[in-house]
Amino acid sequence: MVEVMYFAWVRERIGEPREQVDTNAATVADLVEELRAREERYAVAFSDLSALRVALDQELADFDAPLAGVREVAFFPPMTGG
Amino acid sequence: MDVRVQGDAFDVGAELSAFGQGDANVGAVVSFTGIVRDVAGGLDRMEIEHYPGMTEKAIATMVDKASARWGLADSLVIHRYGVMRPGDQIMMVATAARHRVAAFEAAEFLMDYLKSRAPFWKKEFGADGSSWVDAKDEDEDALSRWD
Repeated sequence: MVEVMYFAWVRERIGEPREQVDTNAATVADLVEELRAREERYAVAFSDLSALRVALDQELADFDAPLAGVREVAFFPPMTGG
Repeated sequence: MDVRVQGDAFDVGAELSAFGQGDANVGAVVSFTGIVRDVAGGLDRMEIEHYPGMTEKAIATMVDKASARWGLADSLVIHRYGVMRPGDQIMMVATAARHRVAAFEAAEFLMDYLKSRAPFWKKEFGADGSSWVDAKDEDEDALSRWD
């Protein structure tokens, strides 16, 4: 099980800020494929990965990063701090 | 190092009068304050979302890098989240160093990284509805000068 979190418009499109996901996905990209296949709202949120960023256990990562041992996955748009 | 992520407003004057004091090696303090602006007119408010936990860690990592690279004597980052209106202060950065060049460069470095690598997201609310602020290519490009 991993805790999957969504921020900003990703959260709005999916309709919730976080959820527990039962997955055996090897990489972030594999997890995204599983989520996309679930429902239309996920397919919409994950339609363009170039518009998304991912963090694994609160560290920025790439979509081909392995999920082994990861507890928290977060998806969000490019950050706009400052 | 002092990193604060908070909903409440802060007092720049009070922060700066205390900052970098009591260290005889400090010859320069530089500060930057970010303010909500209303570029197009009609902005009612801005809401800033963040990622509790990651935000503090990401900023602390940036400050560590800046401190090591420019030999900072002290550093302060305050960044707010929640609802803010035009004219409100969003965030501030202050750096203290022996010389001004180090203090200026470290402050610029921190600002560039806060823009694109600290997990905050801005949403603007106006008369025509609301929209998420898009990240700018120039902000991403600004990071490359520190490689």
